[in-house]
Amino acid sequence: MPKEVTIADIMRVLEEYDVVELDDVRIEGDVEIELSTGVAVPPSLINALQSSIGVQVSPEVTAGERIENLVEAKFEVAKAEWNGQIEEVTIGASSSDGGTREKTVTIGGEKSLPFYNFDYQMPHPPVITVDCFDISIPLAKAVRGHYQDVMEDPGEWAKKNVHEFGADMVTIHLISTDPLIKDTPAREAAKTVEEVLQAVKVPIVIGGSGNPDKDPEVLEAAAEAAEGERCLIASANLNMDYERIAKAAQDYGHVILSWTQLDINAQKTLNRYLFKLGVPRGDIVIDPTTAALGYGLDYAFTNIERMRISALRGDADLAFPISCGITNAWGAREAWMKYSPIREDSDWGPAVNRGPIYEIMTGLTLGIAGGDMFMMMHPEAASAVKRVTQMLFGSEETADKEIMIKDWVKWKCK
Amino acid sequence: MKISSPMEIWKYLPGTNCGKCGEKTCLAFASLLKERKKKLEDCPPLFEPEYADKGKNLAELLAPEVREVEIGVGARAMKIGGEDVMYRHELTFFNRTALTYDVWDTMNSEDLRERIERITKWQKFYVGTFLNVDAIAVRSVSDDARTFAECVKAISAQTDFPLVLCSFNANVIEEGLKEVSDRNPLIYAANENNWKDFLDIAKRYEVPVTLFSPDLDMLNRLALTFSSAGVEDLVLDPGTYPTGKGLEETFSRFVRIRRAGIEEGNKGIAYPLMSVPLTAWIDGDGDKAEDALSSSYWEGIIADLFIIKYADIMILHSIEPHLLIPERTLVANLYTDPRRPVSVEPGLREIGNPTADESPLFVTTNFALTYYTVESDLNSNKIDSYLMVVDTEGIGVESAVAGGQLNAESFKDTLESFDVESKVKHKTMVIPGLAARLSGETEDVTGWTVFVGPRDSGRIPGWMESNWPPKNAH
Ligand code: SF4
Repeated sequence: MPKEVTIADIMRVLEEYDVVELDDVRIEGDVEIELSTGVAVPPSLINALQSSIGVQVSPEVTAGERIENLVEAKFEVAKAEWNGQIEEVTIGASSSDGGTREKTVTIGGEKSLPFYNFDYQMPHPPVITVDCFDISIPLAKAVRGHYQDVMEDPGEWAKKNVHEFGADMVTIHLISTDPLIKDTPAREAAKTVEEVLQAVKVPIVIGGSGNPDKDPEVLEAAAEAAEGERCLIASANLNMDYERIAKAAQDYGHVILSWTQLDINAQKTLNRYLFKLGVPRGDIVIDPTTAALGYGLDYAFTNIERMRISALRGDADLAFPISCGITNAWGAREAWMKYSPIREDSDWGPAVNRGPIYEIMTGLTLGIAGGDMFMMMHPEAASAVKRVTQMLFGSEETADKEIMIKDWVKWKCK
Repeated sequence: MKISSPMEIWKYLPGTNCGKCGEKTCLAFASLLKERKKKLEDCPPLFEPEYADKGKNLAELLAPEVREVEIGVGARAMKIGGEDVMYRHELTFFNRTALTYDVWDTMNSEDLRERIERITKWQKFYVGTFLNVDAIAVRSVSDDARTFAECVKAISAQTDFPLVLCSFNANVIEEGLKEVSDRNPLIYAANENNWKDFLDIAKRYEVPVTLFSPDLDMLNRLALTFSSAGVEDLVLDPGTYPTGKGLEETFSRFVRIRRAGIEEGNKGIAYPLMSVPLTAWIDGDGDKAEDALSSSYWEGIIADLFIIKYADIMILHSIEPHLLIPERTLVANLYTDPRRPVSVEPGLREIGNPTADESPLFVTTNFALTYYTVESDLNSNKIDSYLMVVDTEGIGVESAVAGGQLNAESFKDTLESFDVESKVKHKTMVIPGLAARLSGETEDVTGWTVFVGPRDSGRIPGWMESNWPPKNAH
């Protein structure tokens, strides 16, 4: 039998909780307390009322009936409409176009932000080009193991990238041409390019050493040796004789990579110079510079995202496919260093586990910003970025495994 | 916020230019409010009775597009949501994605204690500060109210980290909640079946609540129902499918919900979003170490995607350092205010107590990230030294060498402008390993002896052992 309670009993409890006055409270004959919306009653107070004086406080503390039905509604949101479109660029030439590539690669053509297929279906998925070098170079341990056997032979290296690691393309970096490394003559570098073109049938990227004085000569010789193959020549930039490189690319039928350093205006300027030299829009890819996760990735991300948005809004100077040097991720010490140099850090765990995920996250992040082509190095990182970008692109019709995601709460981990 | 110019804000301010906010004029304060660099509370007169109405109106106008929800209490409390823009360069993102790591109620108490310890004690130094993770999610695998409550109790005795209590069973949630009702945990989750019970609980305990549905019409209905019942501290989980078509659609849901909230001002759905990259583990099919590594990478991939595209809180499983480090670093990167300067002042800095004759002179660029990395490596390892900061227009070493901002001339200019010679008597400088190619020319141009340091400043201690002090000085 319910205990009899007086209003005074209730007031005593309320006083204990420093409640002087309760607005919007009606206390009815059968002692059911109803509080209007907006009255904050601590759960502990309700408990106290219940236990100390046996008052039944309805769990429904808001005035009005218990809600029985969901509010009717439909979720709607508009599609984003952009004026601009990214240039579509094909790299590699098959025999019908005067080259010897068995497949070509086309990137760009977007009318929406990356993977925003609900606005406009992305026309081409991003592609991955895997690096090889014309000289044995120091590599992080996690990477080195995969290339140890081919480091002395760029042709074999390129083959491994394609046949074992599934690369869409191969990048040959002619870094030994740097006068401070080996000063390999341009003519010899051109031979290396020929070797790589012989070894693989995918389109290739030809990279210089980054030495602004030597690169024009090296890339010119390489372009000549690769005549008709529609390679991507990497790269022209503002602090070198870009005119010579652009001319060589045009004369021998290649695409040019226009590289600037985290600077939208510099990118527009260089692109305009290239237009002036008569480079067709369909022969330009841009590289606005990649920085590693934790070492400037935020600048690279925002720089690329801004460029892509400007391009979609109609800035034709920036409406080109974007290439990203994801291998730069290995510059992050977290990607390769055995222990943290900072004593107070929690344990970093094995370096071999960290490296690939640094490369993956740097790549995917810039892919979401607007990257169309990723230059990569670690095979597992390359395949993971490939897999996730394919999924986001919409290559898969179904989930590759039906999983009940709401069961995650009860998931029993092993 | 609904405001497009500081003038609109100014109309609501007292207009007395009293200076209590630290600004000279109300208009200056208005433009800082607009940029969200100051808060309304910084103007005390606005809270006097005379201006109370205006203050209230202004608070409404300044409210962020996405509702801000607080989880936890005290110093550990965290805010999620509160965002105003779709792209960080338009202003900045404000409340970083709360990284929440799971524990479960079927763990034995020793494992539980150890896992909590690892989560709560984890730290990583980054750009002048230690990064930590944000919260703990407690999953009820047992589906048993008592078991869950005991687990929650044990956790709350061990840590004051904010908690997310996870079960679709309202009884389980309520029993757990009783243990931590004063800790303001987030509860997970109401769905189309259990929502009445969850609405009840959220009201009675006044805690934030997650609504779950991959069907956006249903999610919208749940959100409207809860908010119309006065429960507005909501978090929305539109479901995280980790692979295939499901992943493509998940990505679409996150973007479209945030677009509706920010670009279309649809308040009914403008709540913080939750992603659960932990789902990447559910279809993992073995306990081989190899599978665990690739599942962990996949979890990192899903985390990456939704840290960027609009998750305000996420629940993760792996607490291995190879995920904690990049995940938390990515959050730090995305949520850094892009309005902050890229570069630090060039000049000559002293680390510790250097002496003119014996301490090494290291050289770096004025790119803020490079500078802080080198500086903290020297400090953390207690290396008394000089650090010369060259103006490279805020570009890092490798790029500045390639781009010509770092060269023999810029070394020479810096030595001269900051009169380094009068402070460093040995006339020897240590340049970054990544700038090795500049060493010869720099010696010729400056007349200083140039040592090539390691490629990463983390290796300076080891480098010092074999290279400093120089064995045969010139
Ligand atoms: S404190 Fe308020 S009233 Fe005084 S100057 Fe600042 S904005 Fe104006």
